[in-house]
Amino acid sequence: MIELVCPAGNFPALKEAVNNGADAVYIGFKDDTNARHFAGLNFNEKNLPKAIDYAHQRGTKVFVAINTYPQPDGWSRWQRAVDTAAGLGVDALIIADIGILDYAANKHPQMSRHLSVQGSATSYESLRYYQQNFGIKRAVLPRVLSVSQVAHLAAQSPVELEVFGFGSLCIMAEGRCHLSSYVTGESPNTCGACSPAKSVRWEKTPQGLESRLNGVLIDRYDDNENAGYPTLCKGRFTIGKNTFHVLEEPTSLNTIEILPELDQIGIKAIKIEGRQRSPAYTQQVTRVWRQAIDSYTADPKNYTPQPQWSAALNKVSEGSQTTLGAYSRPWQ
Amino acid sequence: MKLSLGPLLYFWSLDDIEAFYQSMLDEPVDILYLGETVCSKRRSLGFEQWMELARSLKESLSGSKEVVLSTLSLIEAESELKTLRRYCDNGDFLVEANDMAAVQLLSEKKIPFSIGPTINVYNAQTLSILHKQGLQRWVMPVELSRQTLADILRDLDDMGIKDKIETEIFSYGHMPLALSARCFTARAHNLPKDQCELKCIDYPDGLQVKSQEDQSLFTLNGIQTLSGLRYDLYNELPEMQTMGVDIVRISPRSRQTKEIINAYYQKINKIEEHDAYTIAENCNGYWHGEPGMLQSSL
Repeated sequence: MIELVCPAGNFPALKEAVNNGADAVYIGFKDDTNARHFAGLNFNEKNLPKAIDYAHQRGTKVFVAINTYPQPDGWSRWQRAVDTAAGLGVDALIIADIGILDYAANKHPQMSRHLSVQGSATSYESLRYYQQNFGIKRAVLPRVLSVSQVAHLAAQSPVELEVFGFGSLCIMAEGRCHLSSYVTGESPNTCGACSPAKSVRWEKTPQGLESRLNGVLIDRYDDNENAGYPTLCKGRFTIGKNTFHVLEEPTSLNTIEILPELDQIGIKAIKIEGRQRSPAYTQQVTRVWRQAIDSYTADPKNYTPQPQWSAALNKVSEGSQTTLGAYSRPWQ
Repeated sequence: MKLSLGPLLYFWSLDDIEAFYQSMLDEPVDILYLGETVCSKRRSLGFEQWMELARSLKESLSGSKEVVLSTLSLIEAESELKTLRRYCDNGDFLVEANDMAAVQLLSEKKIPFSIGPTINVYNAQTLSILHKQGLQRWVMPVELSRQTLADILRDLDDMGIKDKIETEIFSYGHMPLALSARCFTARAHNLPKDQCELKCIDYPDGLQVKSQEDQSLFTLNGIQTLSGLRYDLYNELPEMQTMGVDIVRISPRSRQTKEIINAYYQKINKIEEHDAYTIAENCNGYWHGEPGMLQSSL
């Protein structure tokens, strides 16, 4: 059965994921060693053991994301994160940096290593690199591939594959985007932050509600428009005389309708994005995806996505609309 | 400290590409990187023609410049892997890997290689591993600062491999910031990516994106997003020399590339400058540990 991997930004969210049927939860430490380094989020060395116990007692695996790129002055912090997670008996480490993968492989060879989406492996040759050199067991694929490309890759892959099933949508190849540091100084690779909250300003003006990132105008909303978080790639900018969503509209990824295809091509796990979201989000999304996977497993031939699933997912989606993203043809 | 001309990031016609490189023969640049690094649909030159150009340049230069083949930055399709293998197996020229697939193909066959700025190297441990696998040269990711560079070089020194790895810094031009599955140039024309009509050919220096307040933000180049402002480390050249940077990279543009090369050359070699060089509208924030778009005088 395809594995359901759910996000937990804190203990309450972890409980929701576990109690609503996640096969695994993924979490991070309270610092820049993971790609959701947001204020008030994540686990410290004190509550992590309790969280792991809670999950393990109920048969849910725990993966720890140590998936940003250490610079020399932070190297020891990333090493410590690897050692701490391994010492607590988690089920896998999710890593992006080559140096850290090497460290984990040598220091804790028994510990499963997953290549993070931030590792940006989009071909089987790239996957072979990480498998041959660091013995990765699984890789999370960037959200840039079409279903046929994923299928081709899965047929040749030397490791298990995990793909994103639902959540906010990165339109850039993960791990290879510096838009955020160009404007704010912080990026997912360096700080585990994209368009960080501390750089965001909202202002009501006669022209409308304005969102800014480090002073740069990202969007301006009429009274009747829903304002979204000013992620750089989702801003409304200008080319020539046209003002539009130059890179992407604010939408969420939702692949629930292609679940059978993903299973048939051999995808091992579905990942739900959203460690930064509320426990209620984790509860809602985990519950719907558990139902979908169970319904598919029980009767693969007659799998039909239920309208109430989409309704529930749309309620928690960014921009209140969902897309198949790169998985579908129109995007390619 | 050497000067390099990075791979052409934009889509030009065959004639324009050939004329451009012909015009570079007598310029004081030490290394030429050739090849398509952004989009496999751009075929002004195919593999054979890039090889031909590389060979003819090598011949006309009779050893005065190094020619390197640079490869695609985002490898998704089997056809792209197929082309990549031909570059990696070319037998004559050093290959610049811009995706880990290329690192795999080269290291597996024990072929020495260099890596471009879209390979994620943020620490010396990573460089040391890649060095054992055949890395000879690296271009630092654009978002890293001089402090991080200094720390990495110190660590390489401690590992005893600093002199075995050449360090190249992307120093002039619109910075490659991101790669995507989507084509933003096609999107700007309301076209699907697979029917893009090769619109990039109309934008020899990319398509400018501004904020609604007319601030330069990004430059679109097909699936690649570049910085809106040009990175410019002209004033930082003496500092780079002191730090032990081996190569300074200039990114080709349709205009003024020669002038930039010469200004950099004069600055590096402390030749009296004829024209005052202006960096007024460019940025250098990343080098100083600040947001990339800023211009810092620190």
